Amino acid sequence: MHKGKESEAYIRAVTRVDMSDYDMNQLGINEGEDILLYTLEDSIEVPVFKGNLPESMLFMPMGPVANRLVGVDTSGKGMPSYKGFLVEVERP
Amino acid sequence: MSTLIENAVCTFCGCLCDDITVEVDNNRIVKTKRACANGRGLFMEYDATPRKPLIYGKEVSWEEAIAECAGILENADNPLIYGLSSTSTEAQKKAVELADRLGAVIDTTSSVCHGPTALAMQTVGEATCTLGEVSHRADLLVFWGCNPAVSHMRHFSRYSLMPKGKLVPNGRKDRRMYVVDVRPTASSKVADHFIQIKPGSDYEVLTVLRALAQGKKVDVDQVGGVAIEQLQQLVDHMKGCRFGAAFMGMGLTMTRGRDINVRELFSLVSELNQFTRFSVVPMRGHSNVAGADQVMTWQTGYPFAVSFARGYPQYGPGEFTAVDLLARGEVDAALIVASDPAAHFPRGAAAYLEQIPTIVIDPEKNMTAKAARVFLPTACCGIDAPGTYYRMDNISIHARPVVTSGRPGDEDVLTGIMEAMKLC
Amino acid sequence: MLGIINGKVYDPRNNVDGVIKEIWIRDGKVVSAGDVDQSKAEVIDAAGLIIMPGGVDIHSHIAGGKVNAGRKLRPDDSRGHERKRMPLPRSRRATRSGTGFSVPSTFKTAYSYVEMGYTTVMEGASPPLMARHTHEEFEDIPVLDKGGYILMGNNHLIMDYIRKDEREKARDYVAWLLNATKGYGIKIVNPGGVENFKYNKNVTALDDKVIGFDVSPRQIIETLSWINEELGLPHVPHIHGLNLGLNGNAFTTAETLTGMAGRQAHFTHLQFMSYGGEMGRPVRSAAAEIAEIVNENPNITVDVGQIIFCDTTTMTADGPVQHRLHELTGNKWFNDDVEAETGGGVTPCIYKKSNPFNAVQWLIGLELFLLIDDPWQVFLTTDHPNGGPFTYYPQIIKLLTDRDFRGEVFSGINKIAQKGALLPELDREYSLYEIAIITRAGTAQRLGLDNKGHLGAGADGDVTIYADLDDREKMFSRPAYVFKDGVLVAKDGRVVCERPGNTLYVSPDFNPDIEKEIREHIENNYTISFDHYPVGRDELSHGKQIPCKVS
Repeated sequence: MHKGKESEAYIRAVTRVDMSDYDMNQLGINEGEDILLYTLEDSIEVPVFKGNLPESMLFMPMGPVANRLVGVDTSGKGMPSYKGFLVEVERP
Repeated sequence: MSTLIENAVCTFCGCLCDDITVEVDNNRIVKTKRACANGRGLFMEYDATPRKPLIYGKEVSWEEAIAECAGILENADNPLIYGLSSTSTEAQKKAVELADRLGAVIDTTSSVCHGPTALAMQTVGEATCTLGEVSHRADLLVFWGCNPAVSHMRHFSRYSLMPKGKLVPNGRKDRRMYVVDVRPTASSKVADHFIQIKPGSDYEVLTVLRALAQGKKVDVDQVGGVAIEQLQQLVDHMKGCRFGAAFMGMGLTMTRGRDINVRELFSLVSELNQFTRFSVVPMRGHSNVAGADQVMTWQTGYPFAVSFARGYPQYGPGEFTAVDLLARGEVDAALIVASDPAAHFPRGAAAYLEQIPTIVIDPEKNMTAKAARVFLPTACCGIDAPGTYYRMDNISIHARPVVTSGRPGDEDVLTGIMEAMKLC
Repeated sequence: MLGIINGKVYDPRNNVDGVIKEIWIRDGKVVSAGDVDQSKAEVIDAAGLIIMPGGVDIHSHIAGGKVNAGRKLRPDDSRGHERKRMPLPRSRRATRSGTGFSVPSTFKTAYSYVEMGYTTVMEGASPPLMARHTHEEFEDIPVLDKGGYILMGNNHLIMDYIRKDEREKARDYVAWLLNATKGYGIKIVNPGGVENFKYNKNVTALDDKVIGFDVSPRQIIETLSWINEELGLPHVPHIHGLNLGLNGNAFTTAETLTGMAGRQAHFTHLQFMSYGGEMGRPVRSAAAEIAEIVNENPNITVDVGQIIFCDTTTMTADGPVQHRLHELTGNKWFNDDVEAETGGGVTPCIYKKSNPFNAVQWLIGLELFLLIDDPWQVFLTTDHPNGGPFTYYPQIIKLLTDRDFRGEVFSGINKIAQKGALLPELDREYSLYEIAIITRAGTAQRLGLDNKGHLGAGADGDVTIYADLDDREKMFSRPAYVFKDGVLVAKDGRVVCERPGNTLYVSPDFNPDIEKEIREHIENNYTISFDHYPVGRDELSHGKQIPCKVS
């Protein structure tokens, strides 16, 4: 973040998704390959990496890429559903 | 010829470490000692060279830029002032003053961070303490929905897990640490106990913990994917400790339930004080967001989500919070101070900033500034400008600059805008 | 230059009791008539009006960490109690808006006090580590002069020095601490009890031991009183003793009062400390016994901490008290333990006249006012907001000056509390002269503020002019004119000018050798560095040092 949000390092850091080994096998996808994620808001294509995660859980760093998938509903509290929302996953 | 400055204050996160040594050469920080990676990046990447303000990406004079800001705000029917986290309380006070005098809406980064924590505190209260109480007394730590190893990198070593203290002379050895999270993390790796819960089940787990703490029996054998025996063990450790400290973060505030999750944790902590001493410290993250809470509260009575449209402060989480206002297109100008909503807001809200005249006041040309009409490059508090900052536990420190500045501070710019609008 | 003529002046410090007298002000100070070119002065004809020095509040919680936690905790206290931004005459500025009934936001606090004719307010308790926060809020409390008492009764280094019998070092540390916090005086809250609460315990008697320090509350009070005298501080030790709010606490209060053994001290919100009876039995008033002790000990002053029947917010550094109140009422509870120094909490509280306990609390406060003979020893407070908001001071004035009104309100309180109550027998009525003492002359004198609370030559030009109304509550709610440093700041109960007030602080001398030990103590016991602990003089935009009087 210190190098500015335009820097390669930042963009690289926020354009990725972590997925469990199990899910990667189910999808037949290898580390570093792109995967398609979509919600009602938008869809994105990002490289996938192995993470120490339970099944069916994805993790993306907070940033402009992940935020394309996040909806604006805040349940009347001001806070969007940054965590724990459903995403569909597909090989592109 | 470089100089060494001791006890510099790092303003990156809510740890507010004030023991950093920086080496300054030719007005740049070339080396730091004791800073974590985030702090090091903050100090060493900053270039204090004065920059010219931009209007539509073109360099202009400061007078022109201020005049443009005044014009935008004067012509707006419902302007939004947002951000305030990465700046001093002196500047935050000016931002609230501007909102008050304008009749604008003002919201801080709390609304996408610990806003739900404030809502919980307003409902059930909060039993808390300063970090020195943790380092000197706490023999039990519970980290719930947060990952300090990554987000507050010196927290373990400076405040919570490692320090040797008056009642914890052996430091780590005298402490028991729990992490509760939906996935293993760098923090759970160093814990004595890791309780992995199903996503979205914090509320149910906390409710059961409260019941078990009161000696009630529950008629299930697991909740949130966790066996009741494991929760009973946590309760026994909590009730049996000398001084417990819980820390909580986005795992509770950003998931299903939001403030209701936090409310359960805060209630549990308060109730544990029937048996022993227990406190909770929210892991305030962005820089001086704790200070923004304090300034908003003492000046208006409310910590975030305030509209001055009626000539007095009105509190409206969900109504006057920035994401909602932008998503519904209810504001017609935006002044963004010391934050980057274009990067941190859901796209559906962030995109609206490109449709209205937007002003950004920040040391760096961040994502929001790229699409803004006006960008005002200011000094960075704690590096080339002085400023008062509040730590996550609400202790405040006055940070003095370590390099000389050619840039105006956020405080000066906000005052300049008010003067140009003849508001003060 | 300003002249106020034909008004009836009440200036007890100068023995002026309702005499028609001229007041002349030049360059912000009261001067004698000969020092003013009267032809060039603005003259106010105050015929039929009452003139008093501006009000001086000796104990109120208006700024700092605990107060702000109270504001944040209670959006319910803010909604419905808003104050609009208002234009100021002859200015392009407006006042700031605000909210809050029992815990008003800073600007609303300032304006409400000023509109009631007060010009100086002392913040009752500031943790040293968070003094900076108090000062930041002071900067946003315009017009009023203010200062803060610094909490010391549970301070680790002081207790260490007491245990080691090194009171000279404790004295130097206290002096350093007052300098570092830009504080006004020494505050003691439940000495030892707040530290013990960190172990879920407390203290109940003056000779109990503080866990980990092996010193007693009695020793803490004695040492800090000795230090206060040694340093020549303008105020005296400001004491909130043991067992606040508990049945039977009058016993410890009596012991603590007489234990001062002739040493000067101020006991705050004494109403909360004057409960007779025993634990588990109904409370009864011990005001008569306590008042008798005060009457016999001219070295003691008190402020009452009168309760008002309303929905208010309790907040003190007395952590165990706040926890107990939370357990009793079930109301939301905020607590904050501050490393190596103190603690405290906040919880809402409703005082109802139908509630027998609250009714007795109300009686106790009034009985203290009426049974303490010398008005120079008893001052008007509600321990705002603990007993009720300061905006109710005019109601208390009416209760003290109008026994019929007092009787009316008495007849509406809980019937059990009425039985055998002393209050109906007390038909004393305070005079305006005495009201001036308990709201300004006496408080300023006790604070050691030589230039406040009176209208003699050299005094600050802080003057309040009231209409002489029979209804004293109406009268004191809405002064006709309020001057601060000779500048008109309020007219007909509305702020007309906003200007900064001063932050009053002391800078007692100390042996600089002590800094080495203090540095070591801070590095070992705190989580901030020694360099960042003190509040710099440059952090106060309008600081005013009040001199110490070392003999």
